Amino acid sequence: MDITTFMQQMINGISLGSMYALIAIGYTLVYGVLRLINFAHGDIMMVGAFAAYFAHASGIPFGLAVILAIIAAMVTGILTDKIAYKPLRNAPKISLLITAIGISFFLENLFNVLFGGVPKAFSAPNYLTKIIHFHGIVIPMTVIIIPVVTLILLFIMLWILNKTKYGMAIRSLAFDIPTVKLMGINADFIIMLVFAMGSGLAAIGGIFYAISYPSIDPLMGVIVGLKAFAAAVLGGIGSVTGAVLGGFILGFTEIVVVAFMPELGGYKDAFAFVFLILVLLFKPTGIMGQDLERSRF
Amino acid sequence: MKAIKIAFLVVAVVFVWFAQNHFDPYAVSILNNIAIFAILALSYNLINGVAGQFSLEPNGFVAIGAYVTALFLIPAATKIDMFALDAPSAGVLAMHTSFLPALIMSGVVASILAFILSIPVFRVRGDYLAIVTLGFGFIIRIFAMNQPTYTNGALGLNDIPEKANLYWTGFITIVTFVIMLNIIYSKYGRAMKAVRDDEDAAIAMGINTFWIKTYAFMTSAFFEGVGGGLMASMLTTIAPDQFTFLLTFQLLIIIVLGGLGSMSGTILGAVLVMGGTEWLRFLDQNMDIFGYNTGAHPGLRMVVFSILLIVLMLFARRGLFGNKELVDVFRRSK
Amino acid sequence: MVLELQNITMQFGGVKAIDDLSFGVKTGEIYGLIGPNGAGKTTLFNIVTGNYTQTKGKVAFNHEELSGLKPNMIVQRGIARTFQNIRLFKSMSVLDNVLIGFHNQANYTYLESILRLPRYFLYEKKLKSDAMNILERFGIADHAQTNAASLSYGNQRKVEIARALATNPKLLLLDEPAAGMNPNETADLSQIIQNIKDEYGLTILLIEHDMKFVNNMCDKVLVLDYGEEIFEGRPCDAIVDEKVVAAYLGDFKHA
Repeated sequence: MDITTFMQQMINGISLGSMYALIAIGYTLVYGVLRLINFAHGDIMMVGAFAAYFAHASGIPFGLAVILAIIAAMVTGILTDKIAYKPLRNAPKISLLITAIGISFFLENLFNVLFGGVPKAFSAPNYLTKIIHFHGIVIPMTVIIIPVVTLILLFIMLWILNKTKYGMAIRSLAFDIPTVKLMGINADFIIMLVFAMGSGLAAIGGIFYAISYPSIDPLMGVIVGLKAFAAAVLGGIGSVTGAVLGGFILGFTEIVVVAFMPELGGYKDAFAFVFLILVLLFKPTGIMGQDLERSRF
Repeated sequence: MKAIKIAFLVVAVVFVWFAQNHFDPYAVSILNNIAIFAILALSYNLINGVAGQFSLEPNGFVAIGAYVTALFLIPAATKIDMFALDAPSAGVLAMHTSFLPALIMSGVVASILAFILSIPVFRVRGDYLAIVTLGFGFIIRIFAMNQPTYTNGALGLNDIPEKANLYWTGFITIVTFVIMLNIIYSKYGRAMKAVRDDEDAAIAMGINTFWIKTYAFMTSAFFEGVGGGLMASMLTTIAPDQFTFLLTFQLLIIIVLGGLGSMSGTILGAVLVMGGTEWLRFLDQNMDIFGYNTGAHPGLRMVVFSILLIVLMLFARRGLFGNKELVDVFRRSK
Repeated sequence: MVLELQNITMQFGGVKAIDDLSFGVKTGEIYGLIGPNGAGKTTLFNIVTGNYTQTKGKVAFNHEELSGLKPNMIVQRGIARTFQNIRLFKSMSVLDNVLIGFHNQANYTYLESILRLPRYFLYEKKLKSDAMNILERFGIADHAQTNAASLSYGNQRKVEIARALATNPKLLLLDEPAAGMNPNETADLSQIIQNIKDEYGLTILLIEHDMKFVNNMCDKVLVLDYGEEIFEGRPCDAIVDEKVVAAYLGDFKHA
């Protein structure tokens, strides 16, 4: 492998990792606040990608289509919480997990019935897909834009979490809901905020995914969602920085292993699973996480 | 009490015998299907309902069971002809037994894998079982696709000898049901429920909760493997794409409808959901509503089922039986 | 000494919940832990039961070091506990709750229960009668088949103690056993605790705010404030101790 190919693969890894990172943030936020694996998160990403596709296809400029997609995903995320999770806040945890799976399966099959299961070609405007040649390295514009946007979004997220009143509330909610209620913070509003932010980021991740591949289908969220969750656990569930780190590590691993050991290409989708098992075995709190599961006495 | 239990068993056995000999083939095939799903759902309910550990594994373990039984039943000569992508490995060619040992091997292989998954998953708190088992279902398919010397890749296996009939499926359902109840009404079943209700309190009673959860998971996996073996022999042809999450989802509906933690409810749930799946078949096909043709909608049934699942969880979380068994009803009224 | 704590320090982040605390409980004693809320009493329980690992110090039970043992192993050594906020198995009957306490004494394997082999019947029968026996001691045998969650608060407390007793402990840790009870129920409970202590040869370490209860029950008390010992001795002396009164005047008004 020469240096050019190497650089090429690095750039691809950063790009793929960014997508995982954006989706992983949603898992980690919801898990931090509700201790819930939001199985519908991958499908909310899919909703975002479909919304962008249809908005763009109906002639709306791409930038506006992206904003509409973010709003569509946010609404889906908030509605999911309001309809399926909120009524069960005091129910056994397993009930929540089951409705989460129910919502996930509902979205996948609804989109399958409405729009068909055949993948749709996703066309993005030229300024996003054009290819730059730089010292022999071939770089599609997206591969530069995706990590830059991800990093900007990460800094915005960290700013919100660490510097604003709402961010403080989210972080304190991660430790104890009853206490937060006593402190006079409207926990339901904060939870809504968390779903909105997570879903919005997932929509952006979904659009990046759609541009890169470049197609969308109702089941696109399943595997990507699973991988993003693995990334969140790897980084330390509950930690936003951790989720981004986990996303990058996973993205890099996939690209690099396949580049160096092409015979493992068929198992590419299994790496996330291996990571998940290894993290649970050796460091369940992940790279940056705290022990959210410590029992409360 | 004992008389009631024996009466139940006798009725069940006579029904299986009668149905196999006197029902028409369509009815028998539906009953077979119900029986296999009942076996799978009974075992799925042990880990989910009784032990309260949300898992999404069945499709993975059913796939393993199906492949193991199929490879044990298909004669070596047929395997050589069938494996088109790559020659079958020596081990695969050597595998050959009769039906019952094949089914048991399916169960054993599945529960060994369950044990291996238990180690990372049950040592830590949190609902990692759900996501790890969901991933496991995918990995098994990826593996089946990429190991043609064992699985014949995407082509799958066909010409599996058709050994399963209602005797097999019916009697194994009864055996599974009895074993599940034997577990529930023992110190192990009590400990599983204790883990479900309050894990910290269970630990404070001196219970090693890792092993209790692992027992529940391995037992579930065993019978899911057996059920998979029955399924393979019944369908006579299997392929990786058959064992998708849809299978797990159907089982989830069965146990939620019947009642999480209730084996009696699970049997009823299996009858209702499998019957309902047949009955709702029209939803996926062309329909004329007031002269307007809706066109075919593959997947509409699943939309209906997912709404059903959510509604059940929101408004009737306890399902038909709660976590009670039929025997509890008699016990109460003594 | 059945239980001995040496220089225990427990730190959560920067906060010292317990600071260099040492004390011992003699066999057969009823030993009270008192102090204002947040003094570190329950934290101490959680250290003894292995739910927390102390930052510094040693815990010995019958001269055996406990540190590093998992909570369920410590129960098997003979230390049982109840919880401050009652934690019964809510979906189960009162009898089943107590039977769970007998889990490790039911000496049959998983396979034996699946195949219903003789040992299953032998132990189930024996343990059921043992469990009923304990329930009778607490005067709640009539409720054996009742769902545990539907009992009155006072009876739920009793089930929790009965359940702990079923694990066959040498040392029983009771976290506010009389909380939420009326004077009659409290008197009834004191009597039961005395009885089971004598009958089963127990040592009891308890946390309690009800000073009348502590005065009646305890041979010795340790008063904690902000994780530090401020008094150890007879309960009647504690009430007149200046430091104790100063630290914790508010709570005495109830007594």
